[in-house]
Formats: sequence, C-alpha cells, structure tokens
Amino acid sequence: MKGNSYFARKLHSLLGIIPLGGFIVVHGLANYQAFERGPEGFAKGVGLINGLPLLPLLEVVMIYLPLLFHGIYGLYVAYQSNSNTGRFKYGRNWAFTAQRITGVITFVFVFWHVYQTRLQVYMGKITHEELGSTMHHIASSPVFFALYVIGVLAAVFHFSNGLWAFLISWGITIGPKAQRVSSYICMGVFVIVSALFILSLVAFRGDEFNEVASAAIALLGNIG
Amino acid sequence: MAETTAATKTVKFIISRQDTPESKPYTEEFEIPYRPNMNVISGLMEIQRNPLKADGTKTSPVCWDSNCLEEVCGACSMVINGKPRQACSALVDKLEQPIRLEPMRTFPVVRDLVINRERMFGALKKVKAWIPIDGTYDLGPGPRMAETKRQWAYELSKCMTCGVCLESCPNVNDRNSFIGPAAISQVRLFNAHPTGEMNKEERLEALMTDGGIEGCGNSQNCVRSCPKGIPLTTSIAAMNKDTTKHLFKKWLGM
Ligand code: SF4
Ligand code: FES
Repeated sequence: MKGNSYFARKLHSLLGIIPLGGFIVVHGLANYQAFERGPEGFAKGVGLINGLPLLPLLEVVMIYLPLLFHGIYGLYVAYQSNSNTGRFKYGRNWAFTAQRITGVITFVFVFWHVYQTRLQVYMGKITHEELGSTMHHIASSPVFFALYVIGVLAAVFHFSNGLWAFLISWGITIGPKAQRVSSYICMGVFVIVSALFILSLVAFRGDEFNEVASAAIALLGNIG
Repeated sequence: MAETTAATKTVKFIISRQDTPESKPYTEEFEIPYRPNMNVISGLMEIQRNPLKADGTKTSPVCWDSNCLEEVCGACSMVINGKPRQACSALVDKLEQPIRLEPMRTFPVVRDLVINRERMFGALKKVKAWIPIDGTYDLGPGPRMAETKRQWAYELSKCMTCGVCLESCPNVNDRNSFIGPAAISQVRLFNAHPTGEMNKEERLEALMTDGGIEGCGNSQNCVRSCPKGIPLTTSIAAMNKDTTKHLFKKWLGM
C-alpha cells in the first residue's frame, strides 16, 4: 500500500501509547520510589534501568526515535487544526485544543528535561548515581519546580487524553457509552500518574537527595 | 389600526455581507417589521422586498440560498448567532436579538450568505457514497436488510449534506485536507447496505488516504451540531474499526 497520511497518523497514534505512554507510566513509577523510599529507592530504580543490556540502543529505538516522530509529526497535526472553543464551548472541544497545546508544551519540556538529566550523563558531566542530586537542585529552585510541574501536568494530560483518542482511532471504543466510560478511566489515569510525578518532585526537594550520590554509590557497592 | 400597532414591533438583524468571493466582508444592520411565526428566511425575504438599512439608507438586497424550507435540503445553512444551522428552521421568536447572520466561512463564500458546498459532494464522490448496480442486464433483487439494521441505517440516511458538521469541525480548514464527518458517516451507511456491502473495501480504502478518516481529531463538535441528530462520532469510530481491520487484513494478505 502506498504511504500517505493515514499511515503516518496511525503510527503517530500508536507510538504515543506504545512505547511513549508506557514509558511515562514506568518513569512515574520509578520516580515515585523517591517519594516512598527516598534516595536509596530512587537510586535503586535508576540503577535497575542502567543495568539493562544494550541500554543506548534500547533508548534510541524505544524512546528517542518514537519521541522524535511523534513530536515532529504532532507539531504538524497541531498546525493543521483550528481552535474554535469560543464558538463551541463543549468539554471535548476544549480537550481537543488542550491536546494540541499540551503537546507543544510537552515537546519543549521533554527536550529541556532530557538535556538537564540524561544528556548530562552522556556528556560525562555527571554520573547516573548523581541524578538524584541533580533533581534535588532542579526541584529546589522555585522557578524550575513550577516549570517542572507545568511540564509534567502537560505531558500526563497529553498522554491520558491521547489514550482516550487512541481507543477511538483504533476502533476500540465505538458508541457514546464506551467513549464516556473510557473518558472516566483516562481521567483516573491522569490523576494517578500526575500524582506519582508531583509527589516525587516534592520528595526531590528534600535535603537527603543532596547526599544521594555518596549514598547511592555505597548502596550499589553493597549490592555489587 | 391593528396594523400600526403590529408594525411598531420590529426584528433587528446584523448581517455579514460580501459582494464577491474575493472582496472583504462588512456588516449591515436591518430593522424590519415583526410578524408572528417568522423565521430567518422570511426576515431575509422582507429585506429583499424593501432593502433599507436600519438607518434608512438604501442598500442592495441580501443574497441567501434556500430551497425546501423544511430542513431537509441543507441549502440554507448559515451561522446564526454564532452557531451553524438552517435558516428555515430558525424561528425568530426563539432567537436572541439582534439576530446575527454570517455565511459558513469554512466554505468559499459566493456572495453575502451564499456559500459553495461543492467540497462535500467531492468528498461523497471520493468515498463512492453510492451503490453501483448499473449494468447491461437485470441483476435481480438484492439481499434483504435486517429490520434492526435498517432502523439505525435510516438515521444515517437523513444526512442532507448541509455542511454544519464541517463548519463546526476544527480540523476542516485550509491547512487540512480532511473531508469532514458527513462523508465518513455515509461510508458507514453504504457499507451497511446488503448490496452496498459488496463494494465496502473500495470505500474503506478511500477513507485510508490523505484527508480521509485520519483527519478526525475527536473534538466531537460535529455530533453536537448536526441538525439531523446523526451519530457522527459513532460512525467515525465504527469506520476507524473497519479501516483498522482492513489494514491488518491487507498486511496479512487475507
Ligand atoms: S451529517 Fe448532519 S451536520 Fe453533517 S452534513 Fe449531514 S445533516 Fe448536515
Ligand atoms: S431551505 Fe432546505 S434546509 Fe432550509
């Protein structure tokens, strides 16, 4: 079959859930360890991920490439749409516009966040054991903290509302009742996943994360 | 005597006008005598009879399009007090005044309130919204349709290509080639028909091209705007299911 926007849009929808949506959930759960178990829990989570074989390859194929495609094609989708919430003040129409705005915010936020954390490790400026203290510095600044909260809420909204749309675009929820039930579920997803990230951001402000590097090294030393 | 008292009550219109397809729109105000049970069309007819603006100066009569006058042809669709709908079923008594009339600018404006809905008919051609039965010999009667199916299919058949759903859709604009909700729902209608079903792949494939079903962004304004109460978002989701199935079948070579 010839390539056309049908396939591009379908792929865009799929990648938003698998792997990107899945990644958001895993990322949220891993961060939540910082809230529940403190620096050691977070370091263990980070260590676990860093212990994966062929990590750079996994990252490129499972995260960076899908992210670039979804992000860049998504900007095009946003460009192709109007916003008419002034004339049609319906909840779903607001969500339509919000989906595009949060998509753009998430696009910028994710680049910035990856630069501040993962890229610093790649550039050799910090080790992955020091990510906890890096996050501590970010979350302790009121401006960065606010920007992170906005970025996280935008990303999670975009994922949850995108999940609702994914179920329609792939023909899983068809009637109005199914679409209503799925919208409640997606709202639940939004609340829970947002809570995971925000609680961990709050936890990162704690002083114990300042000492995280040494603690983590000690812990990993114990395991190793 | 009764006439003079009736004539003191008036109806105010603010109408967006445009002389040619390329020229700039401008607005004019009108104040016409009220009559009981007026609709927007009878107001426009009154302005046509006596084209005087509210300030008393003469102007050209306002152009509009209408045909059936009973909300089945779709020709008189325009934006009335901000919402796209049919002028013939818009009763003056139920509208807030002044009544604001604008053309549905999603479509090319021909003049004043007259628009060109050709893109909708183009979309119906694109998705082959008909049942091909022409031939050189009598094919005999087709298969029967189950009554339960006929009932919901009948609802879809009420579409009058009025364009209200396209006007309400944020993805129908000049940066986007989306054909709009109406044609997608028509694919569902013709694919539900026992004879139409025989060509269902052709219609699904038409939906799986540029500007086809992928253009839907799920704002769901269409279903809330359709004057015929057509379950457009259900049709779109059902066609999402069928095109997805068709996609996998093709990949698997089935
Ligand atoms: S689906 Fe409804 S709103 Fe759209 S063209 Fe048909 S009748 Fe008009
Ligand atoms: S004139 Fe036919 S719908 Fe109004």
